[in-house]
Amino acid sequence: MSDHAAVAGHKSHVAHEAHHHEELGFWRAYVFSTDHKVIGIQYAVTGLLFLLFGFSLMMLMRWQLAYPGAPLPLIGGLFGEARMPGGMMLPEFYNELGAMHGTIMVFLGVVPLAVGGFGNFVLPLQIGAPDMAFPRLNMASYWFFFLGGVTMLLSFFVPGGAAQSGWTSYAPLSIIAGTGQTMWLIGMIFLITSSLLGAINFITTTIQLRAKGLTFMRFPFFVWAQFVTAFLLLLAFPPLEAAGVMQLMDRVAGTSFFLPSGLVVSGQVLQHAGGGNPLLWQHLFWFLAHPEVYVLILPAMGIVAEIIANNTRKPLWGYRSMVYSLVFLGFMSFIVWAHHMFMTGMGTAMAAFFQTTTMIISIPSVVILTALIISLWGGSIRFNTPMLFATAFLPMFGIGGLTGLPLGLNVADIPLHDTYYVIAHFHYVVAPGTIFALFAGIYYWYPKATGRKMNETLGTIHFVGSFVCMNVVFMPMFLVGLAGVSRRLYDGGAAYDFAQPVLHWNVVSSWGAWIMALFQIPFIFNFFWSIRHGEKTADGNPWQATTIEWAAPSPPPHGNFLVEPQAYRGPYEYSVPGAAKDFVPQFEA
Amino acid sequence: MEIPYTVELRRDTGLNNGKIGIWLFLASEVMLFGALFASYILIRTGADSWPRGDTILNVPLATFNTIVLISSSVTMVMAWASLMRHRFGTFRIYMGATILLGCVFLVVKYFEYSHKFHDHLFPSTNNFLALYFTLTGLHMLHVFGGMVVNAYFWGPGAKQWKTNPEWFTNRVEYSGLFWHFVDLVWIFLFPTLYLL
Repeated sequence: MSDHAAVAGHKSHVAHEAHHHEELGFWRAYVFSTDHKVIGIQYAVTGLLFLLFGFSLMMLMRWQLAYPGAPLPLIGGLFGEARMPGGMMLPEFYNELGAMHGTIMVFLGVVPLAVGGFGNFVLPLQIGAPDMAFPRLNMASYWFFFLGGVTMLLSFFVPGGAAQSGWTSYAPLSIIAGTGQTMWLIGMIFLITSSLLGAINFITTTIQLRAKGLTFMRFPFFVWAQFVTAFLLLLAFPPLEAAGVMQLMDRVAGTSFFLPSGLVVSGQVLQHAGGGNPLLWQHLFWFLAHPEVYVLILPAMGIVAEIIANNTRKPLWGYRSMVYSLVFLGFMSFIVWAHHMFMTGMGTAMAAFFQTTTMIISIPSVVILTALIISLWGGSIRFNTPMLFATAFLPMFGIGGLTGLPLGLNVADIPLHDTYYVIAHFHYVVAPGTIFALFAGIYYWYPKATGRKMNETLGTIHFVGSFVCMNVVFMPMFLVGLAGVSRRLYDGGAAYDFAQPVLHWNVVSSWGAWIMALFQIPFIFNFFWSIRHGEKTADGNPWQATTIEWAAPSPPPHGNFLVEPQAYRGPYEYSVPGAAKDFVPQFEA
Repeated sequence: MEIPYTVELRRDTGLNNGKIGIWLFLASEVMLFGALFASYILIRTGADSWPRGDTILNVPLATFNTIVLISSSVTMVMAWASLMRHRFGTFRIYMGATILLGCVFLVVKYFEYSHKFHDHLFPSTNNFLALYFTLTGLHMLHVFGGMVVNAYFWGPGAKQWKTNPEWFTNRVEYSGLFWHFVDLVWIFLFPTLYLL
């Protein structure tokens, strides 16, 4: 803390940066940094790049789905004869794209951005901490993630290409698959290690490094969201690690954990000991992957709550019930996993249990969403770019959530299972839901990281274009799915008679996706351009926000706060009757 | 910049950061081994026949190894207790003993493994052996990991005793907690694989 006292007199950030650069060289300051802000930005930028990459894989698939068998114009020749002879996509390559799209979007895109990026950058600032509790573990967490990402990318270049068994890697398909699957497993083990280190750090930091006066019920909702998410990562990922090790053993050491006796592959009985259980993989996988769904959505809810309170200039409605719902949601997310497995013939007793827990878990989600919607009531809302994305999150997540209910009911799930309806459902949750919230967060905290706002006009163009296109992409998938078209078909259903009346929707979805890509250009441009040319934030608190991160200079120096912050009240004291201004910061006595 | 509560306790939680961190890590380890034990139960209950562990595995060797690991947990506690009493020399002896006992465990395990390979018993032979090699293999990795950390505190890491003895003592305690956990996992593994 003597550090702080020494620099407390200086006002300009330049002095800080100079002070900071004296200590650390380029590599330690920007590459192998232990500063949570640098690590957060590293995570966020890597995550954004992976989101773009995963989206590109999808745009390739959308060509094949819209125009099955037609050679891809212009760039079709770039992928080589092994993948796209004459520009025509082979089924194996389609499967690679599908499996890696899912893997990359979930494990390398959304989670690193939502948890690694926003969690690392914002959480310590919001609780008034100088850094994370374990800065070196934090750095290790990023670099394990990086290794995991590199392994996944390299897997495209091994013989036979990347993993082809879907992001779920169901056995026994994944065990008889090519080398790419082994790379996938090794990559996953790196990613699991990374998230384990991150989760330990988040929880310890939140409990131990809170500013004086910051009790748990004074936490901004975002902190709560990250805190619960960290527990999910901590406890749900290890079973997948166990499953990953067993699958690796099946593939490399010839064991039969997931291989039943007498398995016939291409007309030949497989030479192996047998006696394994393919459903075991599904159980272990979904034991992670259902909590993982909440890892994807909770940080997004946190971001949206911050932005809504800030831009309605009102306290959040029902803060306590939101927090309790969040904790209950985290707990329940561990006992709903088998609703992904109704088709495995688990029996009515088990199915009844899991559909009941699934219906119960929808209640806290609805409480949170309802509280956020009621928070809008009677506010004089400022519709800046973060708020546009945050308000759009509400109906989009609502559609995603409500369309999930039929999937959680055993009987309704049977006709819908593995159709495009499922794709539409969870993409509404994650794409216009979570990813919109992440965009909102980028526009909202960008001034914190750079000292400048992003351009509002470009932001509005980005929002309107993305909002319209997202719905053009995903709304038709409900119709395609209700018609019964399976999500895994290489030709999008063209070979089936029953799919003919809905095939044209594939073309609509595809064009929606490609046009949406164009609307990301203003965002990418804005992201880089605003670093130097964005509107400067005069007092460092451009949104007139109440939470503690705005007590630090923007951008915050190494160690974050010039004076040790203290919390005097709850996080959302907006429009307090009788107060001099319409916000009373948490950190002002 | 310094991170608060690396050594001193935070008043309202009564803990320092490392203590929370290591317990969280152990919680995740419980989930890892919990999933493996659950898989063991599922595969075994689904099998047509299952060998008794003692017909394939060497129970006396494993009993010896159990004693070795439990003793190493005792020496680990003594190492930490010596630091609490500011007896650095005694710490070195006990910590050295802990590492040596870890080595003994691994060497015995090496003989067990090579004996199995010699008899053409591999992970691919049947699911009992698959589980045996996977579970004990992962456990051995944990033993090895614990030994690396302990060796660090015995050797180069011990420098910290001169600059920040309290912090050093805490770190040895965390390492000890992990070591006890690894010991505990073996106490579950031994009857599950060798006796049942």
